[in-house]
Amino acid sequence: MATVADVTVRTGRRSELGLLGLAVAVAVLARGLVDYHADFLELDELALYAAAWCGTALVIHLAIRRWAPFADPVLVPAVLALNGIGLAMIRRIDFAYANRGRDTDFGQVQEVWTLLGIVLALLVILLLRDYRLLRRFTYTAGVLGLIGLLLPLVPGLGKEINGAKIWISVLGRSLQPAEFAKIAFVVFFAGFLVTNRDTLALAGPKVLGMRFPRPRDMGPLALVWVAAMLVQIYERDLGTSLLLFGIFVAMLYVATERLSWVLVGLGMFGFGAVLAGTLFSHVQVRYTAWLHALDREVYSSGTSEQLVRGLFGMANGGLFGTGLGEGRPDLVPYAESDFIVASLGEELGLTGLMAILTLYVIIVQRAMRTAIGTRHGFGKLLAAGLGFAIALQVFIVVGGVTRVIPLTGLTTPFLAYGGSSMLANWMIIGLLLRLSDQARRPEEVAA
Amino acid sequence: MSQLSITLLRMGFLVLLWALVLSAIAVLRADLYGTRVTARGRGRESRRDAEARAEKTASPSRAATGIRTGSISTREPSAGHLAVTGGPLKGTTIPLGGAPILVGRASTCTLVIDDDYCSAKHCRIYLEGDRWMVEDLGSTNGTFLGNQKVTDPVPFRTGDVVRIGATALELRG
Repeated sequence: MATVADVTVRTGRRSELGLLGLAVAVAVLARGLVDYHADFLELDELALYAAAWCGTALVIHLAIRRWAPFADPVLVPAVLALNGIGLAMIRRIDFAYANRGRDTDFGQVQEVWTLLGIVLALLVILLLRDYRLLRRFTYTAGVLGLIGLLLPLVPGLGKEINGAKIWISVLGRSLQPAEFAKIAFVVFFAGFLVTNRDTLALAGPKVLGMRFPRPRDMGPLALVWVAAMLVQIYERDLGTSLLLFGIFVAMLYVATERLSWVLVGLGMFGFGAVLAGTLFSHVQVRYTAWLHALDREVYSSGTSEQLVRGLFGMANGGLFGTGLGEGRPDLVPYAESDFIVASLGEELGLTGLMAILTLYVIIVQRAMRTAIGTRHGFGKLLAAGLGFAIALQVFIVVGGVTRVIPLTGLTTPFLAYGGSSMLANWMIIGLLLRLSDQARRPEEVAA
Repeated sequence: MSQLSITLLRMGFLVLLWALVLSAIAVLRADLYGTRVTARGRGRESRRDAEARAEKTASPSRAATGIRTGSISTREPSAGHLAVTGGPLKGTTIPLGGAPILVGRASTCTLVIDDDYCSAKHCRIYLEGDRWMVEDLGSTNGTFLGNQKVTDPVPFRTGDVVRIGATALELRG
């Protein structure tokens, strides 16, 4: 026998305020350094920027105090710091492009998206007072997710950029519906698995000491696998299909505690990856660019050029980086979106990149801790799924840029330039805040 | 600004970044190492327990009675039986292992109750740590622990009675 002594829950709102202060300092110092090196530094403007950041942080803090008083204290500061670093980096890349005669306003656009994202997260907290409400929309969420995934294929609405059909144009802006579909699918998986997990976990033949699922219970897994493959085929979006399938397998594992599901999932994924590699030329090109990135003919054909330039940039950064505003991240194509990790690696070095990755680890750890703390099965799955979604997305992007896995187009949450990603990820943070608020809330004493 | 102060600022940014990361971890410290697990009755006492249990095997063990326990994990069960004390299945007992028990009308459930007031998948009784919990699975007519309607998972202690329609379930040690 062992006894578990619970430590009384502290709301941690004061620690949150302290951490928010540090996060704002990081964001403002980053911007100051960028402006200084672009010979653009005006202290008045920097003070205004700092004031805006302080105001935003304070509003979020007060809103959480009011509407989600037991929410996790570390989530928002970690996200705000990432966001601030991202904004500074994108602004810095704007300056670099301007030097080369290319006029871009990514930085300003991204500031607007950030504000919208924060508003969206606060709306989630304000409107969704009980996450269990979402369980009622299990199948609605599933259908919405599928529609979101298929929207880019609608003629007239869909937009093809660089060979990938994952955008739709709304009001002159392009949106990536897959980013939002991701959240809908997590809600669907959580609702589906919480009702069916016992059948999935307990029935089926035992092989080599592991219980494998019955073929008829495999239906949903097979369905998601097929959907993921179809996305990959028709929209040429490797990243999203990998992300969706990964989220589903991870949530299955959390729901059933059966390793066999992970093995089945990995097997299916491996099969799909090999199949796609032999059948489709665009996947094959990615594999070659990954495995033989530094070969002369692969590099000069242009397929691995972006990847290799990113690697050179990071190598140039070394341990401590060239310093914000002092490197040449603009030499990498898409330095502000897909390759922002390489840009950050160049200017902040390994030290800075590790700090950024640790911030992600903290965010994911908080999501997992929330999952452990929640007693409701649906909440557990939801929190674990959302946390895993962020973790897997970061792994796919950073792994792609650092040549651990083949490069696929996904955005780095909170850092990369892109509106849909910013809005969707802030929505995830809103949901996690609500979940953690309910998980950490002391049990009401029965009257 | 001089080159020195620029370098200092550059390094200062990295220091600030890590200060944020480390203080975030410091805030989490209580959470990471928060729950203390203290061993109780380790050593001599538990060995005596084991011996006592070994002596008891003279009485028919659960495996020998031929009733499938549905046990998958080898965890020591903390309660012996789930007894049906009211309703059409009165008198039935289910030996508890570590596996969750699904109660409902559907034939896939562990305990199938033929009752108009019972939903297909009505409730779930499962082991969390070393205590049993009961959770309603969105049933139409509700699950009641004592007089309280079960919504969130609640602890199901030995002697508690769970009511589903006309059926009453009791946890016995």
